[in-house]
Amino acid sequence: MRGYRLWLVVILAIAAISIWMSLPDNPGIHILGMDRDVKIVQGLDLQGGSRVLLQAAPGTDFDDQTMEQAAKNVERRVNGLGVTEAVVQRQEGGRIIVELPGVRQQAVAFESIKSTGLLEFVDFSTVTPGTIPEGACILTTEQVARAEASLPEGEAPQPYDQYTCPSEDLENPVEEPALLQNGQPYRTIMTGAGLSDAAATLQGQLGTQWAVNFVVRDGGDRVSDFINYVANNANRSMAIVLDGRLISYPTIQADLAASAAAGTMDGGIITGDFTRDEAQILAAQLKYGALPIPLDIIAFDTIGPSLGQISVDRSIRAGIIGVITVLLFMLIYYRVPGIAASLALLLFAVINFALFKFIPVTLSLPAITGFLISIGTAVDGNILIFERMKEELRAGRSMDRAIEAGFERAWTSIRDSNISTIIICLILYFFGNAFGASPVQGFAITLGMGLVINLFTAVVATRTFLHTIVLLIGNQLRERQELLGV
Amino acid sequence: MFQFAQRRKLFFLISACVIIPGLIAMIYSTIQNGSPVKLSIDFTGGTLMEVSFVRNVDEQEVRDALEEFGLSDYVVQRLDPIATDAIDETDEPAGSRWQLRFEETDRIDDLKVYMQAPDRLGEFWSPKSVEEDPTREDALTTSSVSATVGAEVTRAAILATLAVAVIVLGFIVFAFRRVPHAFRYGACAIIAMFHDIFVTMGIMSILGLLFSWEVDALFLTAILTVVGFSVQDSIVVFDRIRENLPKYRGEEYDMVINRSVLETIHRSIATQLNAIFIMIAILLFGGETIRQFIAILLIGLMSGTYSSIFNAVPLLVAWEKGEIPFVNRDAKRRHQEELTAAS
Repeated sequence: MRGYRLWLVVILAIAAISIWMSLPDNPGIHILGMDRDVKIVQGLDLQGGSRVLLQAAPGTDFDDQTMEQAAKNVERRVNGLGVTEAVVQRQEGGRIIVELPGVRQQAVAFESIKSTGLLEFVDFSTVTPGTIPEGACILTTEQVARAEASLPEGEAPQPYDQYTCPSEDLENPVEEPALLQNGQPYRTIMTGAGLSDAAATLQGQLGTQWAVNFVVRDGGDRVSDFINYVANNANRSMAIVLDGRLISYPTIQADLAASAAAGTMDGGIITGDFTRDEAQILAAQLKYGALPIPLDIIAFDTIGPSLGQISVDRSIRAGIIGVITVLLFMLIYYRVPGIAASLALLLFAVINFALFKFIPVTLSLPAITGFLISIGTAVDGNILIFERMKEELRAGRSMDRAIEAGFERAWTSIRDSNISTIIICLILYFFGNAFGASPVQGFAITLGMGLVINLFTAVVATRTFLHTIVLLIGNQLRERQELLGV
Repeated sequence: MFQFAQRRKLFFLISACVIIPGLIAMIYSTIQNGSPVKLSIDFTGGTLMEVSFVRNVDEQEVRDALEEFGLSDYVVQRLDPIATDAIDETDEPAGSRWQLRFEETDRIDDLKVYMQAPDRLGEFWSPKSVEEDPTREDALTTSSVSATVGAEVTRAAILATLAVAVIVLGFIVFAFRRVPHAFRYGACAIIAMFHDIFVTMGIMSILGLLFSWEVDALFLTAILTVVGFSVQDSIVVFDRIRENLPKYRGEEYDMVINRSVLETIHRSIATQLNAIFIMIAILLFGGETIRQFIAILLIGLMSGTYSSIFNAVPLLVAWEKGEIPFVNRDAKRRHQEELTAAS
């Protein structure tokens, strides 16, 4: 019985942490370098969110194909930020409607969506570090080439000193003139099109500095120029410019230059004064490429849940009624083991809920369905065990041996059926991720999580609870087997 | 004792009675409408209308108006401007503003008149800019929009289902490697899974033709749920067969199978009951917008339990006896030889 006492302690500890995290006014976790809010994130279908209406910037040429490409890009960027189950819809007249769940992401997504995401690696070999501030507006050869390519036939190109960056200050929209190098634009070495992958990572000695890791595409656009530049400019600077704004211009380390010269460099790290959100935005932009056309935001609203507030309220109440019915069924049909199962089921729900808040998992209807199905599986696990137990009791075994046999014999079917569904979840998650089908992903995450937790609660927790009950009232149970549901 | 394995032809016939009309409906629907099930605006796109009312109307009123006008497929969402941004706020509406998405209709003008009746939602509120320049109104408030569920998502779901079939088949063959003919268990579970997909899609197609039930984005979730649950049910029964085969070595194969189904039937019923409790609760007390989703889920889950007991398991017996066309002819011959030898 020793082992069960230990398990009981572990289970109670997990339950305590989970209940603490499930509290509606949980303050979040802000210790040991962790800085995390613990709150529930609901999907667009259940809670609503914000709606951003984008329009092709005036004077830009667009057709159906460009708009579709732009919409796809916007959607990927939004998904790349970890904003799940956003709705991106094309509207006639060169508009794109973006609906984002929750409120927290609004400001972040706003930034991410509006910039075209032209990233450039720029020749700064003659610039002394510290002379140009980060955030400065830089004119490059690539920007000039793009501007001149989109000019209408016969129109004279704009002089270099007329180029500007849009103001970053929304309250005070003054356009900022672009910096030039001796009257000429800075030379673009490579654009973001030369990258094959990018991800936000933590850097620095304490691992607290956000940065963006990137991988260059083998044989990609101007990748050889990039490698040559790095190889020949040890201890000089290279600038990273996003949408005309200088992000940073780190010094190329000698060993990086050496590896570039040796042909073994396949990527690098962009450092800068990034927050986590900024690093994620930049990574998403690099990964999914620049927008084919610049977009303006023409409206920004909060939007109600797509399933309708009334329907959502009713369905949540109905779901609770359903779960209570299940608990009652387990208690009536299986009696004392039913108590253990109901406790395990409550534990299961609390652990899941705590993780939904901690990770956080966006709770949309597909995600909640996944969770409900996993509740079904959790109950199923207990039913398998208890039915087995009853069989063993009917076959004339003693109570203690029947309980043991119930758990042992049911284990193979619980294991195999859970594993097969976990495999299904992995496949769904993989496909959802590859095709940007986030409802499929949301469903797979909650169901998969539920199944893994279920392997713990349905087996270990129920067993521990049942043993504790047997320890307390074992003698009465042995005399009155109807309490075991037989 | 109830003869599960022996009455297999009856069970296959019951499945056929559900699936064949479904297939016919799907073929008919594909010819008529270009897709096997009736698609909602999530898949086809439609019309988006942004309206403001002078009066502060609530969601139910807007829904009722659209329903009574004769629209069946619509999404209603309230809009509120976000204050802290660069967009000018001079056009703040007085009452309430709504985004309506609904199926393509040529009665937009009628709808506008209908909604503005004094006993319904009352007059539209028009921003100053529209009063100054009436041509802006239509461009601002009514336009066609693309699908919210792209073709990519649908393709992902189909590919994922096929991948599931192959990999789960592999897993079952591995998990049942000590049982003779492990491949059959995997194949029967997968056949039962496709049975459930066809039942669900077929019934949805029939409901689409008869009652205009439309498939929305949630339908994909329903199908994926059915896939997961179906395999799980089959494995639980197979697990018992795996345990019983060595235990009752001398017994006929179909007797062992029968015994295994009977031993697990309590579990199957109890589990199914629990799933039904939750579904029925949501059907009875839940919101209208997810009712079709839950109904389809319920059909799929019932089909999943039916197919694991009445299709997957009897199929194993049929396979063993060589009754399946084109596969395992040797077994059939052997079986007949045994029969003649016995007589």
